[in-house]
Amino acid sequence: MTEGITTPGAGWRRADGPPAQKREKRRRRRGGGGRRGEVLMVEEAEFTSYYGRPIIKPPVWKTPDVPLYLFLGGAAGSSSIMAALADLTDRPALTRNSRYVSGGAAIASVVFLIHDLGRPQRFLHMLRVFKPTSPLSIGSYILAPFSAAAGATAAVELLGWFPRLKRFGGVVAALFGAPLATYTGVLFSNTAVPSWHAAHKELPFVFGASGMAAGGGITMAISPIEEAGPSRKMAVTGAVVELAAMHRVETEFGIVSEPYHEGKAGTLLRAAKSCTAAGAALTVVAGRRRAGAVLAGALLAAGSLLTRFGVYEAGMASARDPKYTVIPQRERLAAREAGQAAAQNGHAPSVTR
Amino acid sequence: MTSISSASPAFTGRDPDNRLFGPLPDVQGEAGYEEDHPARVGFFTDTSVCIGCKACEVACKEWNTLPMDDAHGVRDAMGLSGMSYDNTGQLGANSWRHVAFIEQTRTVDLPMPTFGRPGDDRQDSGRSVTDGPNDDSLATAQQSSVLNAEALSEFDPQTGQSGSDKQIRWLMSSDVCKHCTHAGCLDVCPTGALFRTEFGTVVVQGDICNGCGYCVPACPYGVIEQRKDDGRVFKCTMCYDRLTDGLQPACATACPTQSIQFGNLDELQARADARLATLKAQGVETARLYGRDEDDGVGGAGAFFLLLDEPEVYGLPPDPVVTTRDLPAMWKSAGAAAVMILGVALSAVLGSRRPR
Repeated sequence: MTEGITTPGAGWRRADGPPAQKREKRRRRRGGGGRRGEVLMVEEAEFTSYYGRPIIKPPVWKTPDVPLYLFLGGAAGSSSIMAALADLTDRPALTRNSRYVSGGAAIASVVFLIHDLGRPQRFLHMLRVFKPTSPLSIGSYILAPFSAAAGATAAVELLGWFPRLKRFGGVVAALFGAPLATYTGVLFSNTAVPSWHAAHKELPFVFGASGMAAGGGITMAISPIEEAGPSRKMAVTGAVVELAAMHRVETEFGIVSEPYHEGKAGTLLRAAKSCTAAGAALTVVAGRRRAGAVLAGALLAAGSLLTRFGVYEAGMASARDPKYTVIPQRERLAAREAGQAAAQNGHAPSVTR
Repeated sequence: MTSISSASPAFTGRDPDNRLFGPLPDVQGEAGYEEDHPARVGFFTDTSVCIGCKACEVACKEWNTLPMDDAHGVRDAMGLSGMSYDNTGQLGANSWRHVAFIEQTRTVDLPMPTFGRPGDDRQDSGRSVTDGPNDDSLATAQQSSVLNAEALSEFDPQTGQSGSDKQIRWLMSSDVCKHCTHAGCLDVCPTGALFRTEFGTVVVQGDICNGCGYCVPACPYGVIEQRKDDGRVFKCTMCYDRLTDGLQPACATACPTQSIQFGNLDELQARADARLATLKAQGVETARLYGRDEDDGVGGAGAFFLLLDEPEVYGLPPDPVVTTRDLPAMWKSAGAAAVMILGVALSAVLGSRRPR
């Protein structure tokens, strides 16, 4: 029921000139102190808005709580898997360290998640319904058993009690580890935030791979060189997949890829890319030396952390600017109308509904 | 016994029953209400008769005891937006009705030959090409006197003005929560605080909401918002408390021009279609219904609008889609990524030499 699209507004425009367009340009020049060689992805498109106000509400999630939660969840998830596998293949030091990392990060991520709530004392309300349409509901049912198992395993490891229970707890945590690292991609993309939603097939891979890079990096940095082979491999693979998936997010989605290049998000993501690439390269070159492993692990963890902050900021930027909401939807409408017109010409020209 | 469900239409891969998107004839039934539930109600906001009095905003604030805030949602602040008569700014936690004000001028794209003296077209827009189909008045105008007085005094339904004021019009529109057939906020709420009422509307239960804020970016219209000092989210309830007592919502009761019409949704839809046909017949080419189409991205809205310009002019998204439409694809992707992690970890362990 949207007639008259061919001449938008039928000649009517806002009384004080063409403001959306002008204001947009001015702002860009002022804020565009980013990088010289930056490529403008899309031509400056004309669009209308209500006094430049955002159409959707930007997320009210707090930073650094939520990006930190994503980072810790990813690192905890991948290192819990590493812990279980190392345990089964008899690598005692790697097992112990991975359990500490996964348990500590799991507990910390729960703290950050609860702190982010508007009513933290009502945290348990998360568990009063089970809703597959809500990634946060599913996430709560992943995080709750995971953090309990990972936290308990780490505590038992620290105290040296119940050696048999340790292996069981570690396996339970490992079962929930991979979903914990990837569901956060769904958490972000199942919103109306244009730059997150468009990348809904890629973000789970970005976050999952980023979690592997962080978990592998941290466990390899703190474990003996001879036992940390699996960590190094996981870290390098994670870093490569993260860079590849992030490259898709940054280039595949036309105008809604733009926020990933600009402003604060662009800076964070460029830093993330440098850290991740350097960390992966250093792992390959010098991962078998103590200093090399520590430095590479730190770089990989920093890269993962910066990726989360960058993706978070890019989504916030895309929610705040109405053009990222209006222009893709306009294009979608135009494409649909073109398709309908073509179908009508091709099949039954005389039939109207 | 009616069991009230706070769960959304369940998640299915292929969605054959339109449980995640598409038209849904019986929303309440889908949410778990029994056959004898009341009819689905809604708002039809006819912006062509809105006079921008903001009685709806005031009535809403009064009835729902909403706190004061300024044009940017700052609590207990008195502030002017400085851009129009709109000092409410947007829908939010404390503003459940928002009257938008847009002052527009009509641009004449081509220097059309005028039919008066040179210079007359500066006052009258000169019935340019933009008025295309209005051939009748064009013909009349051409036949008329040199002064073109007839054309000047003719009433223009797009502006509601005569004479030279035809170049300016005011758009005023009272925006509200759309109470979508497929509500993003309801779908993503992890606590069940948001629920579908027996009237087919979407309401937040204040004693359940834990302020996770997920519904805020999930709404494609930017309606629901967190009240910062409270932590919970708030939005229009379509006066659920009044509905259960057989009253109309406060805004519809207060509206002096029947711009806001409340009633059973199917009746409102018929009324809106008739109103649109009337306006079209009067030559208001730009009139269109927004949120009426049940095949749109949210399965049709419970509160829909008659607009006189493109939706984005009023701050509405031109083609909103409920975010959960793509959720099956997202879960598949997350599953694949989880399998990838397990595979990488397993091959990393198996591919490494065992330490001695």
